[in-house]
Amino acid sequence: MSNPPDTEELLDITVHVNGVPRTAATPARRLLSDFLRHDLDLTGTHVGCEHGVCGACTVLLDGEPVRSCLLFAVSAQGHEVTTVEGIGNDPAALSPVQQAFLECHGLQCGFCTPGFVTTITAYLEDHPDPTPEEARDAVSGNLCRCTGYQNIVRSVLRAAEIRRDRGGQR
Amino acid sequence: MKPGPFVHHAPRTVEEAVALLGEHGHDGKVLAGGQSLIPVLNMRLANPGHLVDVNRVEGLDAVEVTGETVRVGALVRHAGLERHDAAFDALPLLRQALRNVAHPAIRNRGTTVGSIAHADPAGEMPAVAVLTGAVVEAAGPRGRREIDAADFFLGPLETTLEPDELVVAVRFGRLPPGTRTGFLEAARRHGDYALAGVAVAVRTEGEEVAEARAGFVSVTPVPSVLDLSPALSGRRTDDLPLDDVADLVLGHVDPESDIHASAEYRAMLAAELTRRALASVARAPADAATEGAA
Repeated sequence: MSNPPDTEELLDITVHVNGVPRTAATPARRLLSDFLRHDLDLTGTHVGCEHGVCGACTVLLDGEPVRSCLLFAVSAQGHEVTTVEGIGNDPAALSPVQQAFLECHGLQCGFCTPGFVTTITAYLEDHPDPTPEEARDAVSGNLCRCTGYQNIVRSVLRAAEIRRDRGGQR
Repeated sequence: MKPGPFVHHAPRTVEEAVALLGEHGHDGKVLAGGQSLIPVLNMRLANPGHLVDVNRVEGLDAVEVTGETVRVGALVRHAGLERHDAAFDALPLLRQALRNVAHPAIRNRGTTVGSIAHADPAGEMPAVAVLTGAVVEAAGPRGRREIDAADFFLGPLETTLEPDELVVAVRFGRLPPGTRTGFLEAARRHGDYALAGVAVAVRTEGEEVAEARAGFVSVTPVPSVLDLSPALSGRRTDDLPLDDVADLVLGHVDPESDIHASAEYRAMLAAELTRRALASVARAPADAATEGAA
């Protein structure tokens, strides 16, 4: 292509993040993952592969899991984005999935964990009582280099229990 | 791993989108779901100066089922089509294949029409398009035209679409009464690109096969249909000559070797998956919905 402009045009982009409208001036090429981290300082969303393979950057777009590295912030305008901070941001009040990861040792280094938490949270909304096999399938789109996945699968099943105990709470 | 700069356009109508594509030619690219395009941009394998984002174009998000076709608009996400019960009843192969398209998080955003326009030989939906005799509806500055799926694909990532044309919908053809379909693929991790995959459609009359066809994923440079009728027609569904079928498949596919699998292994997989798909499809009752279709 021709020479890129020295200064890029900035767009005022407003995205509803965790229930709050957030606006930042950012270039059109800004990925949603970078918009969250760089422009909004929401660093709970982690960036791994940046081509949709690892799942670490998974957020909920209008309640459904998507890769935030495969979405431009400009495309998320007018939509509701839920990050891991929106699922639970208080160590004293963990969400069912977060509590399950803690109890089952579902994380080691923690890099992949935000993507698992968002993915599993949305999955349990639609499948509140998964079998071990279904739980394994539910996390097949997320990579973890530490755990060997056994404890993550256990965490999915435990999270389903906690959800039921808490009366279906997210 | 960040895209290069581009100008973002957000047209509201097909006419505006097509005009923008006409204006920017090869320096413009359509953005729909972006699940294939954005990785390419992130890795700087392409660097278009203009993205024509069609996500806000009106009227492209419908699934319409008629007696002959299932028409899927350009903004229908894989997940939406997968969940669409009327589309499943009319053409079960859609859901059978869509379950194999990447992971749910990708299917929530990626579009079925986009994966056909992208023309990746590893895509599931291009194979379904050719197997069902789909028609691609394209809009351009010279008006609208329709392209048979069989004539649409030229090579890997290459189609007969002009740079100033937008695919507005794909009409998948419903299959004749008494047709059973199945889809199988093998990947290193469920949801990853298939090492090989196959879609089969078998029409039976009574206990005998009347006609059978297969389409393949990841083992042919463009999606194409293999007619299995020479081996199968007239044979009882409980006595299919699957070795003959495997030979037909091995003669048809033309896979490439890469880091994930050798060409020989992919060919073997394609043949074996076809055997298994046929065996399971032949045992199943004919799709009730397909049976009752016009």
